[in-house]
Amino acid sequence: MTAAIALIAVGILALVFGAILGFAAIRFKVESDPLVDQLDEVLPQTQCGQCGYPGCRPYAEAIANGDDINKCPPGGEATIKKLADMMGVEAVPLDAAHGEEDVTKVAYIREDECIGCTKCIVACPVDAIVGATRQMHTVITDECTGCDLCVAPCPVDCIDMIPVKQSAQNWRWDLNSIPIKEIS
Amino acid sequence: MFQVASSPHQHIRRTTSSVMQLVIMFALPGLAVQTFFFGWGSIIHLLIASLVAIATEALFLEVRKRPFEPAIKDCSALLTALLLAISIPPLAPWWISAIGAFFAIAIVKQLYGGLGFNLFNPAMAAYVMLLVSFPVQMTSWLPPQSLAEHQITFFDALSVIMTGFSTDGYSLLQLRNGIDGFTMATPLDTIKTDLSLSLTLQESMQKLTFSGASGVGWFWVNLAYLIGGIGLIRMRVISWHIPAGMLLSMGSFALIFYLINPDQYATPWLHWFSGATMLGAFFILTDPVSACTTNKGRIIFGATVGAWVYLIRVFGGYPDAIGFAVVIMNMAVPLIDYYTRPRVYGHQKANRSNK
Amino acid sequence: MHNVLERLKSGRTWDFPGGVHPVDFKTISNTTVIKRPSLPECLYLTVKQHIGLEGQIIVAPGDKVLKGQALTKNSHPLSVPVHAPTSGEVVAIAPHVSAHPSGIAEATLQIKPDGEDKWIDLTPLTNYQSLPKPELIEAICSAGIAGMGGAGFPTHIKVGVQKEVEYLIINGVECEPYITSDDRLMREHAWQIRQGIDVLTHILNPKHIIIAIEDNKPKAIEAMQVACQENRKYLVCSVPTKYPAGGEKQLIQMLLNKEVPSGGLPIDIGVLTHNVGTCYAIADAVFSGKPLIERVITLTGKALSKPGNVWALLGTPMSHLLDFAEYDVKKQKRGQRLIMGGPMMGFSLRSDHVPVVKVSNCLLVPTDSEIPLTEAEQACIRCGACADACPAGLLPQQLYWHSKAKELDKAQDYNLFDCIECGACAYVCPSQIPLVQYYRQAKATIREDEKEQIKAAKAKERFEARQARLEREKEAREEKHRLAAEARKKRAEATPVKDTADQIDDSVSESDPKAKVAAALARAKAKKLQSAPSNTESTEQPEKAQKSAAVQAAIARAKAKKEQQAQQTAEAKEETPSQKSAAVRAAIARAKAKKEAAQQNLEKPTAESNEPQDTSSQELEVSEMTAEEKKKARVAAAVAKATAKKEAERQEKERSDNSVAGEQAHNEPAQEVEASEMSAEEKKKARVAAAVAKAKAKKEAEQQEKESTDNSVSDEQSQSAPTQEVEVSEMTAEEKKKARVAAAVAKAKAKKQAERQAAQQNDIDNPEDKELTE
Ligand code: SF4
Ligand code: SF4
Repeated sequence: MTAAIALIAVGILALVFGAILGFAAIRFKVESDPLVDQLDEVLPQTQCGQCGYPGCRPYAEAIANGDDINKCPPGGEATIKKLADMMGVEAVPLDAAHGEEDVTKVAYIREDECIGCTKCIVACPVDAIVGATRQMHTVITDECTGCDLCVAPCPVDCIDMIPVKQSAQNWRWDLNSIPIKEIS
Repeated sequence: MFQVASSPHQHIRRTTSSVMQLVIMFALPGLAVQTFFFGWGSIIHLLIASLVAIATEALFLEVRKRPFEPAIKDCSALLTALLLAISIPPLAPWWISAIGAFFAIAIVKQLYGGLGFNLFNPAMAAYVMLLVSFPVQMTSWLPPQSLAEHQITFFDALSVIMTGFSTDGYSLLQLRNGIDGFTMATPLDTIKTDLSLSLTLQESMQKLTFSGASGVGWFWVNLAYLIGGIGLIRMRVISWHIPAGMLLSMGSFALIFYLINPDQYATPWLHWFSGATMLGAFFILTDPVSACTTNKGRIIFGATVGAWVYLIRVFGGYPDAIGFAVVIMNMAVPLIDYYTRPRVYGHQKANRSNK
Repeated sequence: MHNVLERLKSGRTWDFPGGVHPVDFKTISNTTVIKRPSLPECLYLTVKQHIGLEGQIIVAPGDKVLKGQALTKNSHPLSVPVHAPTSGEVVAIAPHVSAHPSGIAEATLQIKPDGEDKWIDLTPLTNYQSLPKPELIEAICSAGIAGMGGAGFPTHIKVGVQKEVEYLIINGVECEPYITSDDRLMREHAWQIRQGIDVLTHILNPKHIIIAIEDNKPKAIEAMQVACQENRKYLVCSVPTKYPAGGEKQLIQMLLNKEVPSGGLPIDIGVLTHNVGTCYAIADAVFSGKPLIERVITLTGKALSKPGNVWALLGTPMSHLLDFAEYDVKKQKRGQRLIMGGPMMGFSLRSDHVPVVKVSNCLLVPTDSEIPLTEAEQACIRCGACADACPAGLLPQQLYWHSKAKELDKAQDYNLFDCIECGACAYVCPSQIPLVQYYRQAKATIREDEKEQIKAAKAKERFEARQARLEREKEAREEKHRLAAEARKKRAEATPVKDTADQIDDSVSESDPKAKVAAALARAKAKKLQSAPSNTESTEQPEKAQKSAAVQAAIARAKAKKEQQAQQTAEAKEETPSQKSAAVRAAIARAKAKKEAAQQNLEKPTAESNEPQDTSSQELEVSEMTAEEKKKARVAAAVAKATAKKEAERQEKERSDNSVAGEQAHNEPAQEVEASEMSAEEKKKARVAAAVAKAKAKKEAEQQEKESTDNSVSDEQSQSAPTQEVEVSEMTAEEKKKARVAAAVAKAKAKKQAERQAAQQNDIDNPEDKELTE
C-alpha cells in the first residue's frame, strides 16, 4: 500500500515538474538568430567562393552542418577565431588548400583596354562593376569585396587586383612596418 | 636613419628590477634583527634559497626558450628567495629552503607563465606547501639567543642546517631548549599550547618567552619590518592600502575578541608584533603580481587577509597564518579586481557589464 | 555654480585622479624671446593639416602665389583651407612625408619662395562687433584656423555651435614637459590673445570665461592678468602643475568639477575650450585679416645648441629649423631622434623633411642621456602603478592584457575608448611597457574592423539583391517560356480559319500566332534599338574600325597571354627550354597580333565581324610556331574547333528542343533567352565546382592520352575534324605527352569559346541585365 502511494506521489511529482519544465521551455524560449545567420554575420561577405561554396551564406550553412571552419581565406585568422567561438570548437589554422590570407585588394579595370564585354559584370557577386556592352567598365571601389572573380573572365586581361593603399587614415599604428622612403 | 619609438618618450626612471631591489633593501633591517635574535640560520637559508631560485629560474627560462638575462636581472627570484628564507625556521634542514625555492619558482611561477602570470605569491605558496608537507621542520623555531640554553655560532648553524647536528653534536631539539630547560616555541605557539592546557593568557604570558608585550625578539623583528615597510610606502614602492587594510582588520578583530574575553584572547598589540605580521603586511601581501591592483581592491584584499590571519591564529590549527591567508586570498584577487573597477571618467558608475 | 567661480577666484581648484609629475625641462627653451628664422628654400604644405577632410586644391604647379593666398578651398564644412605662407611659385603638388606618426606621404603643395614676401590684399574686420556672427565664423574658417593645441579640430566648427556656452575655457596650461610655445606666446602677445578672446566672447556669448595657466608659468599668468584686467568677466586662473592637466577633459574636471560624458563633447555640458594659440590666430584673422600661415614652435632638447621658440612658417621643413637651432648630431650617438610634440604625447619623426603643420607645437631633440632610448619591454608585474597614474580612471593593465591578446571586445568593456592616450600609465610602468602603443593599435584595429563590418554588411546586401534579381529574371524567363509553350499548344489546336477580329482581341492573351509573331518582331526590333546607341555612337567608319582593331588586338594579346600561361603550366612538367620557347612564341605572337591589328586598321577600315579576325590571329599564332610545336598547336586548334563545334551543336540542339519550330521571329528571342540563362547558370556552377572541373579536366586529359595511343580520337572529334585525325595518327609515342598538353589546352579553349559565345549572346540580348547593373 505505502509503496503504491509512494509510487503515485513520485509519479505525480514527475508530471508536475515535467509540466513546469515544458512550460518554462516555451515561455522563456530564447529568441535568437538561427545559427546560420550568426555564422553568416561573421563571414567577411566577400562572396569569393574560395571556400568551395557559391558565396558566404552557403558556407555558413555548411559550417552549421559540420563543415570545417578554416576555409575562408579573406576572413583569415580573426574569422576562424570567431567561428570557433560560435561553434564551440578549437580554432584551427587556415586551410591552405583554399588560399592564404592576403592583404585586402580591390579590382581595378585598366579602362583604355576594356572592350566592354560585360563578362566581369556578370561575374561580380556584389554588382560592383558598372558599364554597358561595348562601353568601358569600371569598378566601384567602395563596393568591391576583392573576391577577384572578375579577373578570370576578362577576355583581355585588363583587370588587376590592387592592394588597398595604406594611408594615414587606415594606418594601424604599426610602428615597425612602414617603409621609410628617403627623399632629399 | 631616424629612430622611431612610441610615446611617451619620457619615462620615470624606475624599473621592475629597481622596484624589486628596493623591496629587498627595505627588508634587510628586518633580516638583520632576525639574525641578531635567532642566529645565522636565516642568512644561510637565504643563500641556499637564492641559489636554487636563480638556478631554477634560469633553467626554466632556458627550457621555455626565453631570454633569462632580463628575468634574472629583475631580481624577482631573489625577492622570492628572501621572503621564503625569512619565513623558514632558521635551523630547518637545508633541503627545506631548497625544495621551497624550487617549488616557488618552478611550479608557482614558471609553470603559470613566469613573472606577472603567477596567480599565487610564490614564496607563500611554497611556504604553505612546506608547512603541510614537513610540519615538524617548519615549526621548529628557536628561542631567541638571549634565552637559549646553547649559543649558536655561524658554524653551528651551518652544521645544523646541513647535517642536523651542531658542531658540538647537539641535535636541533636540544638546541631549541630554553635556559629554563623547556623546548621553546614562538610566542604565538606558546599561547596556543597554553590555552589548550587551559591556562589563562596572563599565566601564559608570565613565561620567559614574553618580555614586554609580544615576546622577546619578535617585537623587534616586527618593528624592523614595520620601519622598512613605512620606508617602502614613503618611496612609493608600495601603496599604503594593503598594509593598512590588513593591520586594521587584524587589530579590530583582536580588539573585539580581547574586549570580550581578555583571558582568552591576546591584545591587538601582541598580534601585531608577533609572528610574521609586519613582514606579511608590508612585504608579502604587497607582492604586486598576486595582489589586487585597484586601490579599493587592495584595501579589501588586505582586510580579508588580516581577518583570515587572525581567525586561523586564534581558532585554527596553526600558530601563524600569513601564508595560508595570502594563498587563500590570492585566489580571490581576480574577483575582487573585477568588482572594484574604478569609475571611469565620463561614466556614471563603474561599468561591469559582462563576464 | 557660483561657488565654482568663488572657489576659482580664491585660487583653489579641484583635482583629477592620477596624473604624474615629470620633470618639465621648460627652462631650456622659455628664457629667450620668440625668434624668426630665415625663409627656407622650399615650403611643403600638406593639404590636410587638421582633423576632418582635406580641402580642394585650387592652384596648379607653375602658379605664382602671394603671401596669404588660399591654396585650397574648403569644399566641405569639416575642412579648412591652407594658405601660402610667403609669396613664390607653386613648383609641385606631390606626395611628401607628412607630419603624422606613420610618416606616410600625403598630398603636399610645394612652394618655392621668391624672397619678396609680398602679401595678398588683406581685409581686416576691425568692426567685428557690428558684423553678423556667421560672417565672423566664415572669416575664421577661411583664415584656415584649426585648434593649435595639438588636436587640430577646425575652429569654425567649434565656434559655430548652436548650444549655449556656459563656460569658455582658454587653455594655456601647456602641461607637457619641454613645450613652451604657449608660455612664450602669452608672455609676449598677451594683448593679442585677449583680443582673440574678445572675438570668441562676442561670438559665443559665454556666461564665464576662464583662462587657465599652469602655476609653473608665473610670468605668463602675470602677463595675461595684466592684459585681461579691464574686463571683469575674464578670470585668469592658475592650476596646479600636474600632467595631464592640459587635457581638455582633465582641465574641465579641475576647474569646474564636471565631467564630459563618455563619448560626448565638452559642449554637452556647456563648456568650450580653446587654446591660447588659437585665440592669437583668431585675432590675427579678424583684426588684420591674416590667415594662419605661421605658428610658434618650440625647438628644444639638449641636442640643440640654441634651443628656443621660433615663428615658423607652415610648411617649413624640420631640417631648416634644426639648422637654425644648431642641431648637434654628435649628441645623439645611438641614432638620431626627432620628436614632434612633447615627450609624453609626441611622435617620432621618420625624416627631417617633415614640414611644420598647424598643430606642430614642439620639436624635441633629446640627447641619449636626456631621454634614454626605449628599452625592451618586460613582463607586466601587475604593480598597478599605471592604474594609479591614469587620469581617466581606467585600468591600463587590463586594457593592456586584452589589447595584447587581441581580445578587443573585452578591451572595450574596460572602456578602451575613454583612454585619452596621455601616456601617464606608460610613463610610470616599471616594466617599460609601451602601453599606449598597444591601445592605439587596438583602437585602430577596432575602427578598421567596424569599417569592415559595415562593408561586409553592404556586400551581403548587394549580393542578396543580386541573387534576388537573378531569381526574378529566371522566373520571368520561365514565365515567358510557359506562355510560349501554351501559345504553341493553342496554335496546334486552333483551326486555321479563324476570325481576325477575335484574334486581335485575344492578342493580349497571346493566342494568335500572327499577333504573336508581330509582337516578337516588335520586341526584337525594340531590343535592337536599345542596343543601337552603342553602335550609333561609333558610326564613323574609321573610328569603328579602329575600335574593332583595338578589340582584336586586345583579344589577341589576352589569348597570347592565356596561351602562354596554359603552355607554361602544362610544360612546366616537361623541361625548361620549351617553357622558354613558349614564352618567346607568345611574345612573337603578341607582337604579330599588334602588327596585324595595325594592318587591319589600315587595310580593312570596315572590318566589323570578330570571327575572321579571331581566326586570323589564331592562324597568326600558329604560323609563328616552330615546326614541332606547329603540329601541337594545330592539334590543339583542331581539337578546340572540334569541341567548340560540338558545344555549338549541343547548344543548337538544346535550343531547337526548347524553341518553337517554324517561325523564325518567334524562335529567335527564345533561343537567346535560353542561351543567356544557360550562360549565367552554367558559369556559376562552373565556378562553384572549379575544383571538380579541374579534376575532370585531368581525367579527360588522361583519357585523351589513352585514346591517342590507340591512334583513334573519339568519334565526334574525328567526324567534325578529319584533319585532326590524320595529325593525331601521325603522332609518335614520344609525342603522347605533348598531345596531352594540347588536349588540355584545347579543352580550356573550347570551354572559353563556348562561354564567350554564350556570354556574347547574353550581352547582346539581355540589355535589362545591364540596365540593372548600371
Ligand atoms: S594613456 Fe590612457 S590608460 Fe594610460 S594613463 Fe592615459 S588615459 Fe589612462
Ligand atoms: S605599471 Fe606596468 S607593470 Fe605595473 S601593472 Fe601597469 S602595466 Fe603592469
